[in-house]
This record gives sequence, C-alpha cells and structure tokens, in this order.
Amino acid sequence: MAAETTQDQTNPTDAPDAGQVRTGREGLVGLENEPGVAKPDPIVVATGIMRQFGGLKAVDVDHLEIQRGVITALIGPNGAGKTTFFNLLTGFDTPDSGDRTFNGRSLKRMSASRIARMGMVRTFQLTKVLSKLTVLENMRLGATGQIGERFWAGVLPFLWRGQEAANTERARDLLARFKLDAKEGDFAGSLSGGQRKLLEMARALMVEPELVMLDEPMAGVNPALKQSLLGHVKSLREDGMTVLFVEHDMDMVRDISDWVVVMAAGRVIAEGPPDSIMSDQRVIDAYLGAHHDTDITQLDAEAVMAEAEAELREEEQS
Amino acid sequence: MDLLTIPLHDAFAPLAVSFVLAAMGLNIHYGYTGLLNFGQAAFAAVGAYAMGVAIASFDVPFIPAVILGVLFSVLLALLMGIPTLRLRADYLAIVTIAVAEVLRLFFTTTNKDYFHARDGVSGFTSGFRNANPYSEGMLGFSRNDLWVMTVGWLLVAFFCLLTWLLVRSPWGRVLKSIREDEDAVRSLGKNVYYYKLQALILGGVIGAFGGFVGALGLASVQPDSYNLDFTFIAFTMLILGGAARVLSPVVGAVLFWGLLSFLQTLLSKLIGEWGVIPDSILNSEQIGNVRFMVVGLSLMLLMIYRPQGIFGDKKELAIDGR
Repeated sequence: MAAETTQDQTNPTDAPDAGQVRTGREGLVGLENEPGVAKPDPIVVATGIMRQFGGLKAVDVDHLEIQRGVITALIGPNGAGKTTFFNLLTGFDTPDSGDRTFNGRSLKRMSASRIARMGMVRTFQLTKVLSKLTVLENMRLGATGQIGERFWAGVLPFLWRGQEAANTERARDLLARFKLDAKEGDFAGSLSGGQRKLLEMARALMVEPELVMLDEPMAGVNPALKQSLLGHVKSLREDGMTVLFVEHDMDMVRDISDWVVVMAAGRVIAEGPPDSIMSDQRVIDAYLGAHHDTDITQLDAEAVMAEAEAELREEEQS
Repeated sequence: MDLLTIPLHDAFAPLAVSFVLAAMGLNIHYGYTGLLNFGQAAFAAVGAYAMGVAIASFDVPFIPAVILGVLFSVLLALLMGIPTLRLRADYLAIVTIAVAEVLRLFFTTTNKDYFHARDGVSGFTSGFRNANPYSEGMLGFSRNDLWVMTVGWLLVAFFCLLTWLLVRSPWGRVLKSIREDEDAVRSLGKNVYYYKLQALILGGVIGAFGGFVGALGLASVQPDSYNLDFTFIAFTMLILGGAARVLSPVVGAVLFWGLLSFLQTLLSKLIGEWGVIPDSILNSEQIGNVRFMVVGLSLMLLMIYRPQGIFGDKKELAIDGR
C-alpha cells in the first residue's frame, strides 16, 4: 500500500509483476480511457444495468468497474443519470435488467439496508440528518450489530450498555476528527448545511464501510469548509476505504479523484484519469454539444442533412 | 363540591384508563415512529371482542382469553402492516381507518350468535370479578370499578415503564430515526420495515389492553364504543399531553376526561340547580355537544399558544423537518 500515501498520482510506477494483482492507484496506471475498461482489482462491477422511467431510459450502463482503494468521481451534465445510477448501485432503486456485484457478491434482490451492512454506505445529495436527534445520537445510530436494537434486548439495559459505551467512544473520535465534537449535544436539525454534510459523512463512517458513496458532497458548502471536506475525503482513501462520488465541482474532481467516470444521457461515455479525461473529445461534446465550436453559417447544409439522416437510420436499426 | 369530585372521579374511572392505554399505543405509533394509525379503535375492539366472545361463548378461562385477545391484535397489526409499511406513510393511514370501520360493521352485522349485534357481548366478567380483593367500594367507586381501576392503572404503570425503557434503548433510537427520515436509517443498514412492523404491533397490543379494560369496566363489548371517535379522542389526548413523551398520553387523557366531565357538571348546574342559563338558550339535552365545542375551542387555543402540548419541548418543535 506504499503507493497510497504518495500524493502524486502521475508518478510512474514500475511495471507490475505478472500474476500479482495491482491494487489501489497502481492498478489504474496505463489503463485505456474506454468506457467499461476492466480494472485489476474491482470492488464493484456493474453489468448491463438498465433503468427506465416510462419512456425515458434514465440509466443504460453496459459495463463499469470501480477499482478498490481509490477515489472515483462520477461526473456528467445534469440529467445524465448519475444519481439514478447511484441509487441502483446502493439498492435504493432496482434496475429493470442487469446486475451489480460488490466484492464479487451479486446484489440482486438485496435491500438497501442489507447492502449497507455489507459495507457499501451512501450519503444523500440533500442531506438527511435526523433533525430531532442530537448529533451524538445520529452517530450512535450508525453503528452496526447493536444488541440493544433488538426489541427484547432493548428493555434490558445491562445487555447493551457496554457496547453502547464503545460505540459512543468511537462516535466521539469521529466527531472530533470532523470537528463536530463541540456540537454533540445539539439537535442535528440546528446544524448549518455544511455541518450537516460533515455529520452525514461521519455517520456513514460509523457503519465501518469498505466503499463510501458520496452524492454531491460539495453542494451548498462554503469554500472554506470545502477545503476541509476535500481533506476528509482524501483521508478516507488513506484509511483504506474506496470512495465513489458524484460531483459537479470540477476543481474538486481534478483535485482529489484518481479516476473519473463520465456519464451522459444514461450511458458511461468515457472514463480515465482526471488530467486526460477533461480533454477527451467525447466529454467535451457531452458537456458543450458536438458542434459547439463550429460556426453554423459555415456548415455545408447537405452534409449536415446527410449526417442527421444517418443518425436517424442508426436509431431505427437499434 | 360536585364540580371538583365528579370530574376527578371520571378522570380516573375505568373508561379513562381504557383511553389512556389507547393513547399510549398511539404514542408508540405516531409519537415515536411517525406511523399514522387512524384505526386504534380496531385494536381495542379486536382485543375486547376476542376476550369477550372467548369467555362468553366458549368458556375459556380469563387469562387465556386475554392472551387470545393479544394474539388477535398482533394478527391485526400484521394484516394491516405487511402490505402497507413498505409504502409511503399515507397508505397505513388509509388502511387503518378503513379497517376500523370495516371491523365495527363486521361486529354489528355478522355472526350474531357470538357478537349479538348492537347489544354487544356480555357475561364475561365473572372470572375477573371473582378475583376481586376489595370487599366494598369506596371514594364513590363501586367494588367492581375499583378492581378494574387497580388492574388498569397497574397496566398503565407497566406500559409506561416499558415505553420508558424502550425509547431510551438503541431500539427506540431506531424508531425515532425512522420518524425523522426513513431513507437515512435504511442507508445505515437498518431494516426499516421490520422496525415499523414491531412498533405497529407493540402499539396495537397496548391498544388491545385498552380494549380489555374498557370492556371489563362496562361489563359489555358494544360495537359502537369503537367508532372513529374512539381513535380521534385518543389522538387528541396524546396531542394534548405532547407526542413522544412517556407520560403525555396519561396526563393528556386524565385532563381530557376531567375537563369534559367538569363542563358537563358545570353546564348542568348552570341550567338546573342554579338556573343561570335559561332553557331557551341551552337545555340539558344540548350539554353533551356544547362541552365538546368548548373542548374543541380549548384545543385550538392549545395549538396556538402551546403547540408542543403540555410536556413537549418547544425547541424540538422549532426545528424544521429538513
């Protein structure tokens, strides 16, 4: 895991030994920037995921692998299906067809809560803190395998008091790390927007996840807090967790991600390391439109017509 | 003197105990878990009918009959909860209010050999009354009432203790979190559906005990005792005390009955004995409705000036849902 601690991701690594799995960021070196490219050590593999809302194909992903131990960003213009894809991966929505695996286990017909217990924990675009519970209670809720959460054991405090104390200690450590320790007695509903984001992330860590999925962690966060949030996300990778996040903030994407997956109109159109993906023609087309830098008065009308007809034919055939 | 003693008497009578228990069940449902159960009357009715019919028609001893009543209320909770608790919150409300009415009509119109339609089931109290340790009545209560009240208030104390223990446990924390945001709880790996079902069952069983106490107090089980008013009065008591507080349904119910009974006594004295209000403005037959008008008015004032109820925490209420 030596490569994990170096910040410079473009640092060329030695050619890996044949037969040895290239883990973490090492595994991403030299991969092609093609959608669906196979990763040496994937934690999540999605195949043929399709989700339709009425006539709208919101998500249609042929193949996608997420490398373990790295920070992967999921970007794309509005309406690209990023959040829907997120919901499909975490079990908050079920795909019409296709399957996804987590650590090699299929997630078919698995409830969101079960997937979370397996170690894939998400946050929400609109933060969901439990307003009328204190910050500390929010944190305690995150701990898994609590004896006191069973009805009969709940009545008998001596059964769960020890475990509760241990959870509380862990919660306090995490709160201190996210600088929320001074707020532990406050109602979560009284926190500011940025503090809620922090609390949600800290609470997700109480589950002890392997894969943390952050849905727009920077939305509505002030620039100062943004820096500290970036640091927290990086520290998750340092702790050996895998991070997948949806984000619109390109600075953040460039700054912390090791790998970028670009979605447009429900499909993965490109993926690759952040420095090269931004200049990928397909990505520019998706964000700005294919003809964004051509002067339309200069276009040959017939050529445009022919192109459009060809496109129509193609659509009819598929 | 009557103005004080009659309301006090009514506020602790068996009927009041039955509503305390019903409201305590609703506190678990609505106060802690956020489930909208508009059919608490159904739980009380199923409990009371199961116990009454088992004893009166099948000669089942008292304790097994009570257990049977509890089992039926658990079944009712499963029946209403399994199809609806996966869906949005409103579906449970729709189903419970409908089931409560369906059951009331079912008890009124079918199986008349057992349910005796509007006359109701009676003749099931001997087993309970034989265990009565009191030799005579006191404080204006009959010997039987005293016995029902003793058992009833002990049940209230027991369920208060149980609720108190549960809402302080991690189990209760999950319930409160579900009330705040189901999806957040799901994302942390808790099976929300399972917890909602448990809460529905627990609150329903407490409601069924309300049915037992009410039935033993009246010595009969009549379908019209379990109309929609039953549920809404229990809800009113809960809101009056302040939802999601252990003691609020108890204090709310006692105050509600006390107030209702005080108005009844006051108005009838004003009309009859004291002759302050002439017959042309208000006669004795109208008192029953007027007291509800006054109760309604005082509830409105409560909602305006103390929306959190008697025990609620205003700070908690001030926090917006999101």
